[in-house]
Amino acid sequence: MAKRIDVSGLHVYYGDFLAVEDVSMTIEPRSVTAFIGSSGCGKSTFLRTLNRMHEVTPGARAEGKVLLDDMDIYSPDVDPVMVRSEVGMVFQKANPFPTMSIYDNVIAGARLNNKRMKKSEADDLVEESLRGANLWEEVKDRLNKPGSGLSGGQQQRLCIARATAVKPSVLLMDEPCSALDPISTLAVEDLIHKMKEDYTIVIVTHNMQQAARVSDRTAFFNLSAPGKPGKLVEMGETNKIFTRPDKQETENYITGRFG
Amino acid sequence: MSTTTQPPATERELRRGSLHRHFPAALLAACAAVVAGILLAFSSFGLVVWGLLTAASYAIVVVAVSAGVEGGRKAKDRLVTTLVYGCFVLAMLPLVSVLWTVLGYGLDRFDGYFLSVSMNGVLPSMDAGGVYHAIVGTLAITGMATLISVPIGVMTAVYLVEYARGRMKKTIMFFVDVMTGIPSIVAGLFVVALWMILFGPGVTNGAAGAISLSVLMIPVVVRSSEEMLRLVPQDLREASYALGVPKWRTITKVVLPTSAAGLTTGIMLAIARVIGETAPLILTAGTSAVAINWNLFDGQMMSLPVFIYAQVRMGGAVNYERAWAAALTLIIVVMLLFFLARMIGRLFAPKAR
Amino acid sequence: MTMTDAPEAGTPPRGKRRIGDTVFAGLARGSGILILVILAGVAAFLVIQAWPSLRANTANFFLETGWDPNVRENPSFGVAALAFGTVLAAAIALLLATPVAIGISLFIVFYAPRRLAAVLGYLVDLLAAIPSVVYGLWGIGFLAPQLVPVYSAAARHLGWIPLFAGPASTSARTILTAGIVLAVMVLPIITAMSRDVFHQVPQGHREAALAMGATRWEMIRLAVLPFGRSGIVGGAMLGLGRALGETMAVAMILSPSLAISWNLLQSGNQTIAAHIALQYPEATGYGVSALIAAGLVLFAITLVVNMGARYIVARGSKESR
Repeated sequence: MAKRIDVSGLHVYYGDFLAVEDVSMTIEPRSVTAFIGSSGCGKSTFLRTLNRMHEVTPGARAEGKVLLDDMDIYSPDVDPVMVRSEVGMVFQKANPFPTMSIYDNVIAGARLNNKRMKKSEADDLVEESLRGANLWEEVKDRLNKPGSGLSGGQQQRLCIARATAVKPSVLLMDEPCSALDPISTLAVEDLIHKMKEDYTIVIVTHNMQQAARVSDRTAFFNLSAPGKPGKLVEMGETNKIFTRPDKQETENYITGRFG
Repeated sequence: MSTTTQPPATERELRRGSLHRHFPAALLAACAAVVAGILLAFSSFGLVVWGLLTAASYAIVVVAVSAGVEGGRKAKDRLVTTLVYGCFVLAMLPLVSVLWTVLGYGLDRFDGYFLSVSMNGVLPSMDAGGVYHAIVGTLAITGMATLISVPIGVMTAVYLVEYARGRMKKTIMFFVDVMTGIPSIVAGLFVVALWMILFGPGVTNGAAGAISLSVLMIPVVVRSSEEMLRLVPQDLREASYALGVPKWRTITKVVLPTSAAGLTTGIMLAIARVIGETAPLILTAGTSAVAINWNLFDGQMMSLPVFIYAQVRMGGAVNYERAWAAALTLIIVVMLLFFLARMIGRLFAPKAR
Repeated sequence: MTMTDAPEAGTPPRGKRRIGDTVFAGLARGSGILILVILAGVAAFLVIQAWPSLRANTANFFLETGWDPNVRENPSFGVAALAFGTVLAAAIALLLATPVAIGISLFIVFYAPRRLAAVLGYLVDLLAAIPSVVYGLWGIGFLAPQLVPVYSAAARHLGWIPLFAGPASTSARTILTAGIVLAVMVLPIITAMSRDVFHQVPQGHREAALAMGATRWEMIRLAVLPFGRSGIVGGAMLGLGRALGETMAVAMILSPSLAISWNLLQSGNQTIAAHIALQYPEATGYGVSALIAAGLVLFAITLVVNMGARYIVARGSKESR
């Protein structure tokens, strides 16, 4: 199920502007990897290159290699649509489809690949995904109500259920808790903890306590200088990054002296 | 069909057959060539038939090939892409066709003579005469309509943006919307009814035409001016109030000048919209004026659009020639207004946002 | 004019300024109210002038198909055939234009290269800039002759469908041709509305669809079309309002006759607006009053359609927030 991601020599451009420079890293399967760094340092941009979502932004392009197990997702014969069903994504702002019910939201992605899914199969998949997202007990009696009626935290977990219903092997999360209150944040963090048994999880966060709480490994991104491209400063065991990082730059950021 | 145990993720194939980036363009060219060849072989080449058959054969082939190579979902995506591009091309056909035919037929008679003489003393079937009187009428009627509509329209917009609150504001905005939807012929009938009460039946003159055009023009001016006034940043108004400038001076000296370019654009587009109106003028300004008439309040007044209509109703070959040439004149005027308006909007727009 | 002499040197500024404010505010408010007065006037004068003929009418105004009001006594006329023709022409226009307009808006917002999109949008707007009388001239002088062979082919092969029953008109000056030209004319209106709502689809919804592995079309189906539905419907209804009231293109193209006919390939219909434009110059007796009555019916229909459109659009934009 979960897959390893190997990035080597990746550059990201917006038109002529180099946004992220020369990133190489390995993301381990069945673990949570956190990306931290000040805003605008390119960590979200980089995250989006891991499932080719950056291509949605006009003018954005990436150069380099991203291997999913052994498959280069940038190889010319690879279909970005298939990449995205293999590498799911959860966004900063919960974005359930407003016109769809909770049930339809969860099943939307799976239906794309399998039009003639039987009712019972669909029911099972919805229940499985919602249970996986710790949401089943809260919504099982109102599956046909619109997803937009849920609280912010529930909506975000609905989006996670929607992403996992496609059965990806990797789940990318772009600041999934930044719009949530502390209790909802805790619920999502618990969920991340549970899900790493099945998925490779990458989470971008502004909140260093959160990175320390949920991740196994942490990568620190920073701008080389104002106006210059972002780069990967260092990456390692979360414990190590937060207690005795190799680089002074990282320590400055962790201890709040910078950023 | 066993999908609850979804395709094991490890075996999902990312690498799917996909068509080459340039395949669609190449295929389109090939279809065009083949269809042209077949049509020529049957010596029945026609631009429209050729275009339609090319599009249809391209759509069929690309969907079939894509379904084979890339699978059903991708094939559907390509079908929709083809349709969406096709819709745009389809919409451009009438535009190009209208402009092309008007230019083609209109140029026959479009010259200095045509623009500088009236139809006074010219029998409908004579090979003579021009549109000078219609140009005069169009200028006079549209000018008067503009003089009526701009103050009312802009002041209403000022009222809506700067003064109105609550129910009154909602009511006026709603009825401005309603007014936008009045059919032009009904605006003409309104003035007919009004004139019957004021001056008795059968009185037609340029002023009546101008008023009916105003009914159509005012809501357009209100809507566009309102939009422009809302773009003026609140800070500017507050800065002015802070200097002790009263509200009405703030509006006339700060708000209106700031949005002048936008207001001008909106007004010119509104003029472009009414300058081609025909139906209300048929009812109010008459269809049979042949001489130059600068007096808005006395007698029938010809205008370019009504001239086109009247000539078509006469139906002879020379009438059609005049109609096409007049249509060319009208289109040139409208397009000039349209592009000038856009250019003013572009060049002088305050850098909003 | 009062405002120009407001602040004068040597006069107490405060009082004068207040007057300027009062006058200016009054002018602004007056303009707003004047619009309400004009609109009320349109309705009132139409009713007043329509009344004499409606009272003298010997036929049922809503059921009669004939039109014989140009007499001094016992006029007989009705809008049944005209109303039918009006709705039929507008329906044809809408049926043809709406799918194309949706396609164009999708093209401009999601498919066209970014840099070209604005220019291509202008091109569609240009369709709205061409005066209706020019469309009429184009319809009768160019399009109709082109359609003659198409119509006779349609009558030959599709004649078993009542809509296309032969023999086809030899001039192609039929309700279908008028409907096609009307479709071209309402295309930019519907396109503008649906383009606006497609632009408003939150990026989050589009990305959500793409991120779970949707193709571009699947993204549109999941995130864009459901979101944009009210805008499309509202735009189509605004287009309907325009098509119902359009005069010149129909008046010039259609060879009129006052029947209720479903046949698209033969002349046999007429619309209210075109009928008014054609009959007005020859109207005598109760004629003008009867035409005003017909105009009143058109006014009422377009009013209802336009108000419905605004309501749907407003409700849609409220829901999406």
